[in-house]
Amino acid sequence: MDLMPILSTLRRHKTAALLIVFEIALTCTIVCNALHLISRRITTLNTDIGIPESELLVVDLRGANKVENADAATQRDLAALRALPGIKAALVINQVPYHDNNNYSGVSLSNDEKAPRIDTSQYEATEGMIKALDLKLVEGRDFEPQEMLNDSQFTGGGEGPAIPAIIITRTLAERLFPGQSAVGKQVYVYGDKPQTVVGVLERLSPPSPSRHAGDGNLAMILPLRPAWNTGNYLLRVEPGQRDAMLKKIVATLEPLDSNRVVTTQRHLSDMRNDYYRQDRMMAWLLGGVCLALLVITALGIIGLASFWVQQRTRMIGTRRALGATRHQILRYFQAENFLLSSAGIVLGIGGALGLSAVLMRNAEIAALPWSYLPAGALMLYLLGQLAVLAPARRAAALPPVAALRGQ
Amino acid sequence: MIRYYFELALRNFRRSPGLTALMLLTIAIGVGACMTTLTIFHVLSRDPIPHKSSQLYNVQLDAGRANGGFTPGGEPMLQLTRFDAEALLREARADRQVVMTGGGTSLTPGDGKERPFIARGRWASSDFFAMFDVPFLYGNGWSKADDANEARVVVISKALNERLFGGTDSRGKIIRLRDKDLSIIGVLNDWRPAPHYFDLTLGAYGDTAEVFAPFSTALSLKFSTWGNFNCWGNVGNDPRGVNAPCSWLQYWAQLDTPAKAEAYKDYLKQYSDKQRAANRFERPTNVRLRPVMEWMSVQQVVPADVSLQLWLAFGFLAVCLVNTVGLLLAKCLRRSGEIGVRRALGAPRRQIFLQFLVEAGSLGLVGGLLGLVLTGLGLWAVRQGSSDYAKLVTLDLPMLATTLVLAIVASLLAGLLPAWRATLVTPALQLKTQ
Repeated sequence: MDLMPILSTLRRHKTAALLIVFEIALTCTIVCNALHLISRRITTLNTDIGIPESELLVVDLRGANKVENADAATQRDLAALRALPGIKAALVINQVPYHDNNNYSGVSLSNDEKAPRIDTSQYEATEGMIKALDLKLVEGRDFEPQEMLNDSQFTGGGEGPAIPAIIITRTLAERLFPGQSAVGKQVYVYGDKPQTVVGVLERLSPPSPSRHAGDGNLAMILPLRPAWNTGNYLLRVEPGQRDAMLKKIVATLEPLDSNRVVTTQRHLSDMRNDYYRQDRMMAWLLGGVCLALLVITALGIIGLASFWVQQRTRMIGTRRALGATRHQILRYFQAENFLLSSAGIVLGIGGALGLSAVLMRNAEIAALPWSYLPAGALMLYLLGQLAVLAPARRAAALPPVAALRGQ
Repeated sequence: MIRYYFELALRNFRRSPGLTALMLLTIAIGVGACMTTLTIFHVLSRDPIPHKSSQLYNVQLDAGRANGGFTPGGEPMLQLTRFDAEALLREARADRQVVMTGGGTSLTPGDGKERPFIARGRWASSDFFAMFDVPFLYGNGWSKADDANEARVVVISKALNERLFGGTDSRGKIIRLRDKDLSIIGVLNDWRPAPHYFDLTLGAYGDTAEVFAPFSTALSLKFSTWGNFNCWGNVGNDPRGVNAPCSWLQYWAQLDTPAKAEAYKDYLKQYSDKQRAANRFERPTNVRLRPVMEWMSVQQVVPADVSLQLWLAFGFLAVCLVNTVGLLLAKCLRRSGEIGVRRALGAPRRQIFLQFLVEAGSLGLVGGLLGLVLTGLGLWAVRQGSSDYAKLVTLDLPMLATTLVLAIVASLLAGLLPAWRATLVTPALQLKTQ
């Protein structure tokens, strides 16, 4: 098909043609980047931190009055919970994934206070954490019973005994001892005495996974037992019985001590949903904006194309009278749109890369992967062709005589 | 003449209702999206205490260890240690000053009928209420003497007073916090500073406290504290002790003139130097004294997502505008004949230009009104969401006006090009082709 007549017609409608090109370019710029942002959000939303989330329940108790003998009360609570049928595991843990409480400590290779430290997420739990959370030891072992200490020995009074052992994640092990096995090596977290690495975990996410997307899983477990008032109850049950079990658990804990208030009783998967609500909202919002942009662009193309058809009635009629088929008229408008779309898309790809560079600099968002560009281009070509179809068909349907008589 | 142009515009809109509706909708959606995000941004970044935000200063000292991760001259520690906060409070060199922390404690209502629950608390020294202009319904805050005596007094929020005492004047009544009885001396009126600027560690848009008690009292009664707690070195057995190497307290100073602020900053430097000399501080002196708005911008109170949304919305509006320009242009070119007749009858170019601008402007006015409805809808949707600022986003009068102005300015801008093109129509040529 000869493009020359189209080009010469467009030259006579420079402003309108440029506007269409510009609109397509802007839409392409925004949509490519927005789609990229959406896919990043969705990746974040679907991040698996490798624990059986659907089987975990979180219950938190706080004391109404001064707390006495918290360690003994914790053991009593845990014994009562473990006696419940349907409980696969019960423990008290100092921080829970997706919860707003985060504990960090610096890990260092020497006890010199000026030595560099790696800020690491610090887990403490009563016995059974590794099994309850399905954590995988790639090296070494779990804590021995004689290594476990009560956390209250450290915060409650005096200096406390030395903490003998520590379990760390593979990410932390590689940072501390690159290229070597970490098991048996010593690190300093607390006090003047070192802790020996007894185990290396495949992974363990800090409680706020998305805040640490860059540094992998910098986490460790210390053999310190929190008490009920310094940690949360974490319980593992069959996924189908979560609601029933949560009621039973609260009903078991409450009468054991009337001096306590239940402040949290939730499914971990609900906490996860809450944790990601902002990301989810943003993904929907970006999606909505993309859709609205495409609709508006399509409407703009339809509007201008309709106007052109009306304006060119005489031209169309002449061509039809000279023997052009309906098909050829249709093709003419489609080719015209293809030309305009191409110009818009070329500009838009430049714009998309430019916007991506701005986002990289100002919002620390990763570069736009190139695959979004052909995808965006294809989408806009399709959109343009679809939008121009109705006006073009109307043009093709004009009978030659009516067209000549028109105007 | 303008009235005539409005009539012309109306007649014109009637002649092509489809195209007109399309343009109105485009403007309305663009303006609606823009104003929804702009309102959120406006709400989230607004000055929480406009009449004195430039007199209230957040104080930072750099008390941490100079170990591996430390960069000289960087951002100092977020909060103060108890030792430093109490020293500054004692010396009282500012017009007003306050030390405080968020907290939480179980609350047992006086009559013992209701079960205990956990109440949000703020443990602060006596200047708190005067400094942050906290409104009272009944009574008032506590005195410096109460601070010194660790008085068992408490101020409660209006909502808590409704809940426990049905909104009556509850002064003199007793509530039990943890296992201690405190007597109510004041009830606040409605007060929800947003952003929660004086303590951002509990969320910038979080709820305010329900109980307020003297800092000294809360510490001696061992009420628990909430928020960011950062320790280094040997903490010992009491991380909240006077000498514990932990930063966990917010400290604010009210300085009524810039000169006083300068002097106070010098005083902080001297204080920091003295602590270095005494080997308490290891890092080079690095103090910060930031007024409210600067503090909020450094702490990046507005979520990054909200800024991103704002830019996205403006991009969206740009597309809507380009679209409107295109459609207006199409409409106006179609009316070349009409323009030709008007020109031939003696209308100068200026009048033609004016006519088309009036048309674009009235389109903008109607589109703006529609956009206002969409903005209302958008904000309603945001309020239904669960973000922690959801309840704060409402349309105020200035934003309402901004919406209309934005719509009209936007559509006038969109109308400029078509109007200019209209003036280029040569009367003779048009009349001939008719």
